[in-house]
Amino acid sequence: MAGIAATGAAEIARRPGRGTLRAALVRWVFIALSLGFLAAVLLAPLAAVFATALGQGIGAYLDSFRDPDTGAAIRLTLLTAAIVVPLNTIFGICAAWAIAKFEFRGKAFLITLIDLPFAVSPIISGLVYVLLFGAQGWFGIWLQEQNIEVIFALPGIVLATLFVTFPYVARELIPLMEQLGNDEEEAAITLGASGLMTFVRITLPKVRWGLIYGVILCNARAMGEFGAVSVVSGHIRGLTTTMPLHIEILYNEYAFVGAFAVASLLTLLAVVTLIVKSVIEWQASRATGH
Amino acid sequence: MSSFRQPSVLPGFGLTLGFATFFLSAIVLLPLAALVLKTASMSWADFVAVVLSPRALASYRLSFGASLVAALINTVFGFIVAWTLVRYEFPGRKVLDAMIDMPFALPTAVSGIALTAVFAQNGWIGQYLEPWGIKVAYTWLGVTVALTLIGLPFVVRSVQPSLLEVQRDLEDAAETLGATPLYIFRRIIFPTVLPALASGFTLAFARAIGEYGSVIFIAGNLPMKTEITPLLIVIKLEEFDYNGAAALGFVMLAMSFVMLLSINLVQAWGRRQIVAARR
Repeated sequence: MAGIAATGAAEIARRPGRGTLRAALVRWVFIALSLGFLAAVLLAPLAAVFATALGQGIGAYLDSFRDPDTGAAIRLTLLTAAIVVPLNTIFGICAAWAIAKFEFRGKAFLITLIDLPFAVSPIISGLVYVLLFGAQGWFGIWLQEQNIEVIFALPGIVLATLFVTFPYVARELIPLMEQLGNDEEEAAITLGASGLMTFVRITLPKVRWGLIYGVILCNARAMGEFGAVSVVSGHIRGLTTTMPLHIEILYNEYAFVGAFAVASLLTLLAVVTLIVKSVIEWQASRATGH
Repeated sequence: MSSFRQPSVLPGFGLTLGFATFFLSAIVLLPLAALVLKTASMSWADFVAVVLSPRALASYRLSFGASLVAALINTVFGFIVAWTLVRYEFPGRKVLDAMIDMPFALPTAVSGIALTAVFAQNGWIGQYLEPWGIKVAYTWLGVTVALTLIGLPFVVRSVQPSLLEVQRDLEDAAETLGATPLYIFRRIIFPTVLPALASGFTLAFARAIGEYGSVIFIAGNLPMKTEITPLLIVIKLEEFDYNGAAALGFVMLAMSFVMLLSINLVQAWGRRQIVAARR
């Protein structure tokens, strides 16, 4: 018996792929290649943002936020996100309720259409609104007569941002709600709860992490969108430039500290977004016990 | 109507579907239809003159070529990174794993100016490539680097779950029976992750074709040389050439639909592979 146990232990120690020189070599080559690749295309650019922003000292960094145009850009970005994110959240919840809770014809097609903005270039997302509301667009002359500005103004920026961030909330909620099923909601309705009460008391607590995740991703994209907004904004300094567009203006004027200072704020937003995402995933894995 | 949806005790179907469909139509579908109609109002000769002009053709070549190279780089390194994150334990693994999603969260304008700073002639990496005669910033290589960053998460995030599916017992058994590591990779690991690699490649490629923000800073934007198709649309708009912009936009939209179709086909094929493997 003892002999068999001893060979067993020796077997495990010599188990293929464990602790051999070749396995260790492969392991270090893979780790080195991964770190090298990620350092070149991901970590170095991130570090460069802060290194350039702080390159002339913390004083110059902070001074760059005193520029009134920078302040205006930050305010416009916050305002745009404050309009876009709630609208797309309401849309996402409605779409997820209809799609995940009911069986109807054309459901798969509807999901494809909701995902469409992810497949389309951001430039197209801006272009379509210029074709509709621009000076030579379909409604251009009518809008001019009514004295309504859409393109080169806030409404255009909001529309383009709505377009590019359209799927984020819906696409997080739909699979989650489908997976959770209808049993508890059906029980609540049968027992006499109203539809709204069922949603707030039963569905919302179950999907809240997915919802928060969708909302922060939507927010990060809404604040950071460049291409689509660039097409509709007109780049009027201090008036229609969001933070990403202001970065472009400063960069093209060789005001590198200012450009990278604004960029550092958006980078911090991205870092916070990823931290929140990690916390949510950690919460979710704890809840399911994995 | 009764056959349109299956009966359910849950309320709110009409309201939620109605609002979702209305919002979808107003924000996404009607504006896209406007682009198609605008293009349809052009004469065939005008359309062809725009979309097959030498400058447009050069921009397709760059957009397609650089996207293809970037997606291939991502497929190779995406696999290596995913493998490292799934199979090995090392300090900082979790932080690195979380950072893979950075290109999703980072605004494209930020990655654009940051990559330019790093790969310019006097940049952290650019200065070491310069003596070798390799110029990255303001060449097609720069475009490729930017598109690689943008597509990176797609491959890694596709491959990671499929690597967890690979049966370690099978690998161990194969090695015990004398299989070389290369043989094990070719016969056990590669077939399992191939659908995920293909799906990640297509997603990264599709995303790269439409990318604008991160490219224009590093590209240099020379007509016929380093001008991507989305930039050409912006230039047409700045010249108030709405027809030209719409025509090029239509071509890109058509490409997006082809890509969307390929993604669905690739993923359907991948699901069939997995089902077949489980039998």
